[in-house]
Amino acid sequence: MTATLARGSHPTDAPALSADELLAAPRLGVMVWVSIVWLAVLAFVALFADVLPFLDPADTRAGIPLSIPTGQNWLGTDQLGRDLLSRTVYGARVSIVVGLCAVLISSFVGGAIGLMAGYFKRRVETVSIFSADVLMAFPTVLLAASIVAFTQSRGLPTVVFAIALIYLGPTIRIVRALTLSIANREFVLAARSLGATNARVIRREIAPNVIPTLLSMMIVAVAGAVVAEGGLAYLNLSVAPPTPSWGSMIASGQPKLDVSLYPVLIPGGALFLTVLSLTLIGDAIQKRQGRNLGAI
Amino acid sequence: MMRGLLPRAVRLLAVLVAVTFASFSMVSLLPGDTVTAVLGARASEEDKAAAREELHLDDPLPVRYARWVGDAVQGDLGTSFRTRQPVTEAIGQRIWVTLELVLISQLIALLLAVPMAIFGALRPGSWLDRVLSGTQLAMLATPGYLVAVALMAIFAVQLGWFDTTGYTPFGESPFANLKSLLLPSIALALEQVALFARVLRTDLVNTFDMDFIWFARAKGNSTRRIVLNHALRPSSIGVVTLTGISVGRMIGGTVLVETIFALPGLGRFTIDAINNRDFVSLQGAVVVLTVGFVLVNFLADILHGVLDPRIRHSVRPT
Repeated sequence: MTATLARGSHPTDAPALSADELLAAPRLGVMVWVSIVWLAVLAFVALFADVLPFLDPADTRAGIPLSIPTGQNWLGTDQLGRDLLSRTVYGARVSIVVGLCAVLISSFVGGAIGLMAGYFKRRVETVSIFSADVLMAFPTVLLAASIVAFTQSRGLPTVVFAIALIYLGPTIRIVRALTLSIANREFVLAARSLGATNARVIRREIAPNVIPTLLSMMIVAVAGAVVAEGGLAYLNLSVAPPTPSWGSMIASGQPKLDVSLYPVLIPGGALFLTVLSLTLIGDAIQKRQGRNLGAI
Repeated sequence: MMRGLLPRAVRLLAVLVAVTFASFSMVSLLPGDTVTAVLGARASEEDKAAAREELHLDDPLPVRYARWVGDAVQGDLGTSFRTRQPVTEAIGQRIWVTLELVLISQLIALLLAVPMAIFGALRPGSWLDRVLSGTQLAMLATPGYLVAVALMAIFAVQLGWFDTTGYTPFGESPFANLKSLLLPSIALALEQVALFARVLRTDLVNTFDMDFIWFARAKGNSTRRIVLNHALRPSSIGVVTLTGISVGRMIGGTVLVETIFALPGLGRFTIDAINNRDFVSLQGAVVVLTVGFVLVNFLADILHGVLDPRIRHSVRPT
């Protein structure tokens, strides 16, 4: 009974659309659909790369070194004669895994801390906002690079953790701000006056109003995390070779730019399209929600 | 204004203590045996003992931190175990390159972003506005290091207008110096252009709708005069805040851009320190970059109040 009453008292000017409404909404622009298709194709080939008939990404005899696209190597080869198409596809795995995991972790942890901070206020808020400020005081790439250097390991978990840390501060701050704007609304007050526990109010009243905005923010954050991973990989601080990663492919192709553009163009193009797609989708959703979090 | 400043200054101090402690921990809390991590596994026992002495590892942590901060404010960030060069000296040689790079690219970003924002805001929703917004979104989606490599491929490798790498100090030849920094600065600037232009455009659109602008228009002022003399200043607050915040992003960007173009700046120094496991240098570079970033943000915060009297006077609503 409490739940129905409390939910029934939700105001009509809810701050954000629910996830269902978002997915059901038609009239997304052509560009957004193109973006969704690109991401879907990328996720598909990355997921089934082992099953699909790609060449071995580590095979240095896949073709003549630095060749242009041929029937055998559709997108050319790198300076060691490895197939660029299959390396880009396998590189997508690293980008996708790091991008998704880092943002999921920072959203879960940062979201939880931000909710607590905005709901309980007082000391919880002071401590969490201070921690967020300290985290955000470090220049982003520098923070991630230092973590990788400090832990002296270059496994996938380290890279994910380092990049998750970049987004933890902003997530805490934004979720806290959202929570603050919701915690004083009448329906929250109503639920509390009906005797709902704090846990219940957070779970049933506040979180459903925070999560849609957080989700749209996460899409843009994934784009940022993919860029950050590429940057770390360019600096040779992401997953260790021979695992291909877009950033390290760009770095190794750069000295040979005078001979062939393809070793840089292909992974760079894939990175550009992926980040652009995520940005377009995130932008469209945020416009729909009527907020602009881009600058935060 | 002073009343608002004090709590902010206290906060600033607290953040500074926390970030310096985190940077300090980089050497002192290295996993495993600190001395082995700093010197490498093959160091002799005498070297290890000397390093232990130099880092004061036998003292308790708070004492070490206090001593380190005391030395740091006097300009002593320790001595690299790799090069035996004082870290402060090494940073002093490189910091100007990075400062110049950041300054030039902020300048480029503002020069491009302000006109873009004005032309977009004058006719919101027009084809020009939509083209500009689309361009900005594409700029936002392009990582700076990708732009850097692309610029290098086009203008240095294909056209041969610039050298791919190398740096000429300003004192040697100002023209060659600017030439060596132009491509890296553009690479760093593009993302900023998009951020600045988007924020400034939104703020301008809001300002254009305010009564005082309509009043200025009714008086018969030209559009040009209204934009430059009336609208730009009240609309610039978002951009000023963003300039502060974006410096952090830029410092991260310089790490990559300096590596790509082989510029002898602080960013590249940091990466070299990481690759050489030169933790004392790394710690020094991180502390300088981070403290610099925190101070710039603080300045942006203050400038905020200077630009907008409403903020200046309403810090503590009475």
